[in-house]
Amino acid sequence: MENLINIFVKSVFIENMIFSVFLGMCSFLAVSKSVKTAAGLGVAVVFVLGITVPVDYLLENYVLTEGALSWLGSQFGDIDLSFLSFIIFIAVIASMTQLVEMIVEKFAPALYMQLGIFLPLIAVNCAILGCSLFMQQKAFDNVGEATVYGLGSGVGWFLAIVAIAAIREKIRYSNVPAPLRGLGISFIITGLMGMAFMAFMGIKL
Amino acid sequence: MSESLFSKKNMALLTGPLNSSNPVTVQVLGICSALAVTAKLKPAIVMAISVTLVVAFANVIISLLRNTIPNRIRIIVQLVVISFLVIVVDQILKAYVYDVSKQLSVFVGLIITNCILMGRLEAFALGNKPWPSFLDGIGNGAGYGMILIIIAFVRELLGSGTVFNYRIIPESWYITNGGFYANNGMLILPPMALIIVGVVIWVQRSRNRKLIDN
Repeated sequence: MENLINIFVKSVFIENMIFSVFLGMCSFLAVSKSVKTAAGLGVAVVFVLGITVPVDYLLENYVLTEGALSWLGSQFGDIDLSFLSFIIFIAVIASMTQLVEMIVEKFAPALYMQLGIFLPLIAVNCAILGCSLFMQQKAFDNVGEATVYGLGSGVGWFLAIVAIAAIREKIRYSNVPAPLRGLGISFIITGLMGMAFMAFMGIKL
Repeated sequence: MSESLFSKKNMALLTGPLNSSNPVTVQVLGICSALAVTAKLKPAIVMAISVTLVVAFANVIISLLRNTIPNRIRIIVQLVVISFLVIVVDQILKAYVYDVSKQLSVFVGLIITNCILMGRLEAFALGNKPWPSFLDGIGNGAGYGMILIIIAFVRELLGSGTVFNYRIIPESWYITNGGFYANNGMLILPPMALIIVGVVIWVQRSRNRKLIDN
């Protein structure tokens, strides 16, 4: 249990998807003009990450890595399919987002209306694929750890996008030099927030 | 087909992305990798070449298939084409430049979700012939590569005092050797990359006032 909490805290703060590995920057910058939409997209990302990372973990360990197919029989023991992992992961992500979209539409129409176009866009959010690829590198012990890692990364992304959206709502009232307005200042603010998040780097868990 | 292969319109596809429609600073595509791989020049250039090739060929393939892809499943088809090309690039990098491939780690795989690819496929290749799509891909890859090289040059020079691993700032200047100079360690860390992109955008927009947001 302590181990799971460690993984969670680490993925939310220390290895924050936005501020320390820069994943999902495109939608982070494009959808952070108001707090409400930013929060909607953030929730959708947490949701999809919580599903895709464990699914990819199971596929990785029971289908893709060298020797993973040995449960089929000893003659499959030395098959190494790891070169297929990109295509398998992206297929899982694309189909999961489609599935999540259908489930949300059926059972929670209010949430579906709120998330709107953001749900399908998640398939090409690099934070999702990136999280699965980092999961592959980290080689977690069991599927529980992978799930917690996925959820933690999602929560970290959610916090980051809500924070920048709040700052961008306020910055509209300040006098920013014209060429820096909009995109330029958002980059610089993200950089400064990243520096603040670096304060967590010294924490060893 | 009376239009020549290098007509003015086609050349504009190639040069536009270098400045007024730059994928990184104007279209805001492909930021993630632009920030993450630019601590040194070598991985930045390898990344730029890989992305250029993948964009160009994905554009051509999608452009050839554009009339046969059903609209509803086009995203999946695009992702499959892209991931096929990325797997090829990944295997080539692993075979010939293993150290760079290790440094780029997950970012080679992340070319699949690099927004430049989806952005250009959706915005250009689905509605144009293969040759202009190819030029558009090369142009956008070059525009992306240009920004990557600028960022990586600044970060490597000020952050480690080298360019392409050749020492530019002499060893004897360093404080440890009795000099006065120290590398700015901040530039190696991710947040400064964002600030450098911010400054590049600032410079570009103050030179080209049409790009300013209101």
